[in-house]
Formats: sequence, structure tokens, C-alpha cells
Amino acid sequence: MDISKFTSKKPFLLGLLGLILVLLATSPLYVPPYNVILLASIFMYVIITVSWTIFSGPTRYISLASAAFFGVGVYTSAILGFDLPLPVVVAIGGLVSSCLALLIGFLTLRLRGMYFIIFTFGISELIKHFILWWEANITGTVGRWVVVVDYTTVYYVMLVILVILMLTAYFIRRSRFGLALQSIGQSEEAATHRGVNVTMVKVITFAISAFFMGAVGAIMATRWTYIDPRIAFNPLLSFMPVLMAIFGGMGQLYGPVLGAAVFAYLEEFLITEFPYYYMLLFGFILVVVILFLPNGLVGLVQKRRKKGAAKQQAST
Amino acid sequence: MFTAILDIVIGGLIMGGIYALVAVGLSLQYGVGRVLNVAHGEFIMIAAFATFSLYTVFGISPLISLVICGPALFIIAFIIHRTLFRYLRKTSESIDVFEGNSLLASFGLLFIIQNVALLIWSADIKKYAYLTSPVNLFGAIFAANRLVVLGFAVFLSLGFYVFLARSRLGKAIRAAAEEPEMAGLSGVNINRVLAICFGLGALMAGFAGPLISMMYEVQPTMGLNYTIIAMIVVVLGGLGSITGSLIGGFILGLVGSIVTYFDPGLSLVAYYVIFILLLLVKPTGILGK
Repeated sequence: MDISKFTSKKPFLLGLLGLILVLLATSPLYVPPYNVILLASIFMYVIITVSWTIFSGPTRYISLASAAFFGVGVYTSAILGFDLPLPVVVAIGGLVSSCLALLIGFLTLRLRGMYFIIFTFGISELIKHFILWWEANITGTVGRWVVVVDYTTVYYVMLVILVILMLTAYFIRRSRFGLALQSIGQSEEAATHRGVNVTMVKVITFAISAFFMGAVGAIMATRWTYIDPRIAFNPLLSFMPVLMAIFGGMGQLYGPVLGAAVFAYLEEFLITEFPYYYMLLFGFILVVVILFLPNGLVGLVQKRRKKGAAKQQAST
Repeated sequence: MFTAILDIVIGGLIMGGIYALVAVGLSLQYGVGRVLNVAHGEFIMIAAFATFSLYTVFGISPLISLVICGPALFIIAFIIHRTLFRYLRKTSESIDVFEGNSLLASFGLLFIIQNVALLIWSADIKKYAYLTSPVNLFGAIFAANRLVVLGFAVFLSLGFYVFLARSRLGKAIRAAAEEPEMAGLSGVNINRVLAICFGLGALMAGFAGPLISMMYEVQPTMGLNYTIIAMIVVVLGGLGSITGSLIGGFILGLVGSIVTYFDPGLSLVAYYVIFILLLLVKPTGILGK
């Protein structure tokens, strides 16, 4: 067993990440437009999934409010997009989502288990129905036009959000704050007794996670050009991050990234190949993943590794 | 004025009866089996479509479809529980994990059922006319089918309650809900009881679907709304309490009827507002412990 293998791993990993970043940052220069757009939508799912995992991964509170946070960002973009510069709109979209998360958080984070799941799902449906009613009765419209932005700008904004998100997720995991989150997931009572301000930690994390969903909603809106509440608050956006995070595995930071990337590509493939059966296949995949991959791809890899290690030990 | 109030009350009872019927099924599936079945509404939707097709193609009365759809869905749900949810229960390390996993699996069922319906019946809104002749009730006028629906909904949900309270199987079910371990030791076949509970939930959906199709339009995306309403009712009545679900259903129906009288678009919004207030004030529901 040589130790150098372990010590040399870190710079290698950093170099690899740097290389990936450089490749992603320069890709619009030489990759065909279709692939850039595809990459941008993969980024969207990765961002939603990773930000979902920041909160729901360690605390084990399954939040189905992603669609609400995303939709709020979309609507911010639709309302302010024509008057303000894009980065400002994206930041405001995130902030508005954070405020919503703070509100939901203070109202509901005392709730556990099913109550929390039903509530978060209800809140996005509530906002959707309220906006539908508002648009039909007060403003007399059904949808809105969104300012159009060219695809490379969308791509770069997504990339910037993604990089900031990954750094945030990494530092949360490494910090005392992240440890506090994990202790909440294991036992909330024990965490309280250890002096963790449980409510504060949960609400702040919830708001951070909502920020990125709102921001990505704000930029994604510009790609759709036309939006209505049913598009912006699509309940699928609440389920997708859960599924993708489980599919990838939540034990490691790269799990949700992997899960979202594989799934987003799969979705694109299924939509183009089997447009009529796409959602049906999606349902089957969901059931199969829950049944046979409860720890996700990461769990699968770790299991293999353990088996391999055990074999090696047995042979020596 | 009097007829307006009567209109609201009877309308509320009709809606409430449907909600109670729908919620009792979900309450049983979650209260005993710990499966928060978000595909519950999809079972209703399938039953509603089946009724539509049986009526428009073969001329079979929706009231007969009631007797066909209920048992058919019972069998399907029984098999689903025996395979899918039983496997999940075996592989999940704790009941909390099982709750999360079964919720996600039932989301999978939701997508599967909804899209099968889309492929068979397309996304168009379907409607048929059955027993539409007007009936005059103390000056307020109702379509006959709505009163029939009210009668059936009340009869079925009360019948279900009596079945749980009085029958031997009902006792086993309540025992399994209270103390699964002890019930198992006392000779209750837990796995079978859990599958039966899941089946009974679907049975209720199979009864609700044909009744709903007699009054309202049918479309593949209608299910989720009923699931959400059922969840709200179940929380309103207290998780796991069958009596609570019955009462909660009628309360929500009356509220819905009052709000609909002023603005139909706001009824779902009103339900959510009630739900949120309830969770803040008394999250255990009106009959919860």
C-alpha cells in the first residue's frame, strides 16, 4: 500500500476539475449550438438537483417546493426582464425565492415527515392556482412574454450559477454549519441539546437552496420566450430533483451532479426518440430506481469498490 | 335568499360526500399501510374514464360501472401492494425510509397510469349526459344525477365506516394500524392486511370515479387535484383517523361550495389557505391525537 497514491490525489482532482471548467467555459466557441443548448438544460437540472440536495440531503426533509422557487424566479424574469439588466434580474429572482423560502421555512420547518412533504407540494400548487386566478380575473391575461436572450449568454449565466453553487455546496459540507445540518438529519432532539439552533440552521439552508432555484428559473425563462403559470410552476420540477438526487446518490457531492446530468441527457433522448411514451418511461424508471437503486449510482460504485477491496484482501 | 343558501348547502354536501369518499381511501392507505399514495387520484381518473367508455360505447349505466370499477381496482391495487410496496417494505431499513420510498414509487405509478390514460383516451375533455333531468328540492333546482351522487357517496362512506368498525377484517385492520407487531403476534396476517388496506383504498377510488364522471368532465390530468384535496382532508381530519376524514371531507366540501358560489376559480386556493392555517394552529387535525 503506497501512501503517495492518496496524497497525490488532491492536486490531480483539482486539475481535473479545472480542466472540466475550462472545457465547459470555452465550449460555445467550437461546439455546435444544439449541444450548447443541451448543455444549458443539463446545467439547469444539475443546479436544481444540487441545490435541492444542499437542504434535503443532510436534513432528510423531502421538500417538494422546488417548482415554487423555480417558478418565482421565472415570474421575476417575466416582470422585470424588460427593464433591468440580465444579471440583476437573475440575482433578484434568486433573492425573491430566498424570501419565499424564509417565509415557508419559519411557517413549516417545525413540521416533520409527511406534513412537510405535503405542505411544500401544496405551496407550489397554491401559488400556481393563485397566479392563474390573478391573471384571469385581475390582469385579464393568460401568460406573459419574456425578454429573449441569445443562447450563449444563457449558457454562461447558467455556468456561473453552477460554479457558485458547487463552491457553496462544497463549503457548506465542509463547515461546522454542514455538520449541524447532518446532526439535524440524524436526530433533531440530539442536535438541539448539543446547542445547534435547529430552526435557524434549517431556515437559512432552505433559503440558500431556494436562491439557486430562483436564479436558474429567472435565466431559464428567457429561453422559453413565453410563459404561463402551468409552465413556470410545473409540478414535475418538484419531483425531478428528488428523483435525480436519489438516482445519483446523496452521500457524495458528485452524486446529484452525476444523477442530474445522466437523467437530463436521458430525458432529452427519450423526448426526441419517444415523444408519446416519454412520461410513461419516466414513471417506470422512477419505480425501478426506487426499487433497485435506493443508494443511487454512488452507492453502486461504493459497493463495487468495497467488494473489490474485500476480494483483494481475500486473495492476499 | 333561501334557495341560494339551500343551493350552497346541498352543493357542499355533494362535494363533501365525494371528498369524504376519496379521502377515506387515502386515509386507510396511509394510516395503516404508511403509503402516501399520490397516485390515488389516478385510480379515480381511470375509473371515471372506464365509466365513460362503458356508458358511451356499450351503454352500461354508470351505476353498474360503480360495481365493476371498484372491485377491479381493488384487485389491481392488491397486486401492486403485494409486489411493489411489499418489496419496498422489506428492503427499507426503517418505517420513515419506507414512507419516503413508497411516496416516490407512487409518484412513478402516477406518471405511468396518467400516461397510459393519455395514450388510450387522448388529452381531450370527455363528458356524457346521464340522469340530467332537473329535480326541484324545496325551491332549489338540481340535476338528478347530483342527488344520486350525494346519496351514493354518503351511503358508501358510511358503509365503509361500519365495515371497519364492526367486521372481523375491520378489527384486524385497526389492530394493524395501532400496533402492527402485536397484531402480527395475535395471528393477524400483516402482509395480507396491508395489501387489503391498499386495495380498499383503491376500491374507494373505484367508487368515486364513476360518481365524479356523472357530474363533471373527465380528463387524464384530473387525478392530481383529487389527490391533493384528499391529502388536505386527511390532514384536516387527523392522519389515520377514518372518522376524521369523513367529517373533514364534508367540512371542506361546504367551504368549497361557499367559495365557489362567489368565485369558482378560488376554491382550490381556499383549500390551501385552510390547510396552511390548520398546519399552523393544529397540525394534528380535528380528531388527531
